Amino acid sequence: MEKIVRLERIGILGGYDKNGQPEPVREVEFNMGQVASIVGATGSGKTTLIKDVELLANKNTPSNRTITFNGIVPSEEYCPVPSDRLIALITQHTNFLSDMRVKDFLVTHASIRGSRGENSVVDETLMFANQLTGESIDTANVMTELSGGQTRALMIADAVVIGESPIILLDEIENAGIHRIKVLELLKQYKKIFIFVTHDPRITLLSDFRIVMKNGAMQKVIATNGEEKKVVEQVKKIDDLLLRLRAYIRNGEIITEFHLKE
Amino acid sequence: MKLAICSGPPTSGKTTVLKHVIKKLTNKGENTAFVKTDVQFACEDDFFAQELNIPTKKIYSGELCPDHCNVMILGDALEWAEKERATVLVVETAGLCLRCSPYVEGAFGMVVLEATSGMNLPKKIGPMLSLADIAVVTKIDLISQAEREVFRARILEVCPGMRIIESDALHGIGVEPIVKMIYNSSDMKEPIYLRGNPPIGTCTICVGKKEIGWKQHFGIVRPLDNQVFYRGE
Ligand SMILES: Nc1nc2c(ncn2[C@@H]2O[C@H](COP(=O)(O)OP(=O)(O)O)[C@@H](O)[C@H]2O)c(=O)[nH]1
Ligand SMILES: [Mg+2]
Ligand SMILES: [Zn+2]
Repeated sequence: MEKIVRLERIGILGGYDKNGQPEPVREVEFNMGQVASIVGATGSGKTTLIKDVELLANKNTPSNRTITFNGIVPSEEYCPVPSDRLIALITQHTNFLSDMRVKDFLVTHASIRGSRGENSVVDETLMFANQLTGESIDTANVMTELSGGQTRALMIADAVVIGESPIILLDEIENAGIHRIKVLELLKQYKKIFIFVTHDPRITLLSDFRIVMKNGAMQKVIATNGEEKKVVEQVKKIDDLLLRLRAYIRNGEIITEFHLKE
Repeated sequence: MKLAICSGPPTSGKTTVLKHVIKKLTNKGENTAFVKTDVQFACEDDFFAQELNIPTKKIYSGELCPDHCNVMILGDALEWAEKERATVLVVETAGLCLRCSPYVEGAFGMVVLEATSGMNLPKKIGPMLSLADIAVVTKIDLISQAEREVFRARILEVCPGMRIIESDALHGIGVEPIVKMIYNSSDMKEPIYLRGNPPIGTCTICVGKKEIGWKQHFGIVRPLDNQVFYRGE
């Protein structure tokens, strides 16, 4: 099977909405290094869209969408297999089921991937993961003993560092017990395609563009430009304030006017 | 008549995969007949008869190893399917005997494994995996990408070169290559032989002697501290 020499961009060719009508957006492209968001009400088809990307849909999923590589519609001969280290999808539901110890699992995964210097890669992965979670990961722990936040943090770190997946899909990780802003900051240092399914205004506005979903279809693509970039700083402040409030409440404090000041 | 034999541990997703495969075979103009062999309970025959409107049958192996049972009934099953004017016979086995495998020469053989079953499964199931033409890994929607890769590598450790397909079988995703392989396989010709060798069998326990301890038995017996040699009469 022919492999993709170098992935520069992927695309989604539109399929059908829930009523079988062609979806308004016929094509979206994601370039290496871009961050994109998928937004829309619950049930609007966000997860289905991201699953189509993960499964490298080729008119063989319910939506009838097609995923392209460097602008090419894969033929049967020219089609990357899902395990070809291309895409990692992390959702608030994906769990580790393996009862291996964290360290052993990472070493195993690194050796399968043929990573250079297994141990240093494993250390880098753990360092990355520990920046995303409040509770640092004990490598002697069995994978299934990790908390939700630790699990998601390790999955993201593994996909980025060991997996070296060029495309990373994150489905509503704001509810997954990890520092979502830290995720965005760290990820931006790697030249990959990141696609967030999100309800979070801050993640959305820090993305290069967003796809708006409704009724199972891509309705429009909005690039984050001038006007919106101006308000990002304000949104950050509001968001930081809410994060601080959350911390106060967690600490058992009584909230007053004072806490709302910067 | 083409023959496709599918095995795999219980709940691994055999029926779910086959449902999508048979639908697609029908779309390609094949007439499929379906046989399920199981030990003591199965309802796949009713399910497929209703859902897909195809001729179905089931057989319970009872005391007999389901894979051995399969050998016994396969001849009749092919005749029956012929009478039903089928062009493909699909057999779903119970896949419980980890010493045998149900595949036969000249027929398509596939094993279905669930990605959720633990990283060591591929090492545990012997000829059911190693003698298959293709391994289908289901439930990939439930585990991490990292574990999927490790699971795949474990299969390849046991069977280098094995063709592996990963599928979210609930949504029938990834099954096209299976359809294609069945569609392109050739018709069965008698005599048909079992692929690989059946395991050495019969001891006095098989025929109902229940007392514990190898000294109470003759035939092929094995003591606890010796994993290499069998004692035979
Ligand atoms: N999430 C998920 N569930 C699956 C998948 N494949 C099968 N199942 C479920 O697993 C259960 C057992 O599947 P079944 O096909 O009956 O297994 P069989 O005993 O091997 O025939 C059913 O509830 C299926 O819906 C899959 O790829 N993903
Ligand atoms: Mg079944
Ligand atoms: Zn047997």
